[in-house]
Amino acid sequence: MTTLGLLAGPPYSAGPESYRDHVARLGARPAGNRALIDTLDRSGLVGRGGASFPVGIKWKSVQSRSRGDAVVIANGAEGEPLSRKDQTLMALRPHLVIDGALLAADAVRANRILLYVGEAHASSLAAMSRALAERPAADVRRLVLLPAPASYVAGEATAAVHFVNAGIATPTATPPRPYESGVDGKPTLVQNVESLAHAALIARNGDGWFRSLGRNEAAGTVLLTVSGAVAKPGVVEVPCGSTIDEVLALAGGVRGTARAVLLGGYFGGWISARQAGTILLDPKALPAAGGSLGCGIVSVLDEAADPLEVSARIMQHLANESAAQCGPCFFGLKSLSTATSRLAARRPDDGDLPHLHRWTAMVKGRGACRHPDGAVAFLQSALKVFESEFAAASGTRGRKAS
Amino acid sequence: MRELEMWIDRTKCDGHRLCAELFPERIELDDWGYPIIAPGPIPKALLPHAQRAVDSCPVLALALRRVEQKKPVKP
Repeated sequence: MTTLGLLAGPPYSAGPESYRDHVARLGARPAGNRALIDTLDRSGLVGRGGASFPVGIKWKSVQSRSRGDAVVIANGAEGEPLSRKDQTLMALRPHLVIDGALLAADAVRANRILLYVGEAHASSLAAMSRALAERPAADVRRLVLLPAPASYVAGEATAAVHFVNAGIATPTATPPRPYESGVDGKPTLVQNVESLAHAALIARNGDGWFRSLGRNEAAGTVLLTVSGAVAKPGVVEVPCGSTIDEVLALAGGVRGTARAVLLGGYFGGWISARQAGTILLDPKALPAAGGSLGCGIVSVLDEAADPLEVSARIMQHLANESAAQCGPCFFGLKSLSTATSRLAARRPDDGDLPHLHRWTAMVKGRGACRHPDGAVAFLQSALKVFESEFAAASGTRGRKAS
Repeated sequence: MRELEMWIDRTKCDGHRLCAELFPERIELDDWGYPIIAPGPIPKALLPHAQRAVDSCPVLALALRRVEQKKPVKP
């Protein structure tokens, strides 16, 4: 179906593309150097792991500190429960990811590359492992496949570095940030695997080509995981700047009636279905509009579902996935989750709803990483989009069961 | 002049609450007993209080750091 950038080539059913087919289709890997960083700058590529940070700037920050001893972590941990796009990419186009990682290593002058792949993603691990075996010896010498623990925060940049250094995949306090002092104290580039794969194509086809793939002033393409009340859930690649309606059409259309769309993932936010359709999926422009493409989640909530119940379940997951290092995150998210669950069960305690408003503001910005910030941003979107449901649930206290 | 601000390693802080006792001008406690630190440089007159709070933290989670220069972008 898709004939765009990353997933162009053989169909999904063909499985992982071999090294021979990859080189025959795309040609040999070009040079990774300072000029490539400038090309990435001009391309407008921003990171696809969730933060949408400009890739060229990130590479430059590592390159300028490297003495030939920098480290690259290709981040395929993908701990977001609703996301499948990194797994899919690694399982279908492992050599594009590896090309991107090698290009990054050459450009930032790194001598080690860690392919950090979620341990729960069996087909991705198998494809990446097989792909490594197909590579020339000169490539393989710098590459190590490292299974990432299956937890939500394991893919956070400082957690990935912490795991490599000490075997513990929890975030650490910043500064220093990984680009300053990461693996073994060396400048470290932690880059999502989809971002690296885009870089591998931009290196071959140029920044103008990448920009021309986008629509409505956006650059390039993006992988999305579409789930929930759609006919054909799965991973799609679309031009950046497409509308949510166009994405839902690609996924076979909405089943039933949509109440809301979760954009960005558990770290993202709800948008009411009435407003969602025409929103442009542009990772660069969305943050300015108060939204986020996050790691590319588009999940449709059916009107038949209870939005409070779904939101409470997500909050519970985020509270459980706190690394339990920072008090405001661990205790704050637990309190928020418990109160949300009581409201969803229509058995609230006095003050649960006001507490949600108070605590979301109180917790924000008070973790070593952004885990609590993402969780409260999600809950704040729920409080806004499902305001009437929360108000009704809050008023159910004292009502006699009949 | 060198401006200082309070920095906290949240992964170390266990909510012992001494900092809020010793430096109430800039530190209050949240609903779970963890410090909420007012952002920004600390006025010179308050620096002795700030230093006392830093020195008293049982897990060495607090530090006085030079105010980071605002960069246009940071990775």
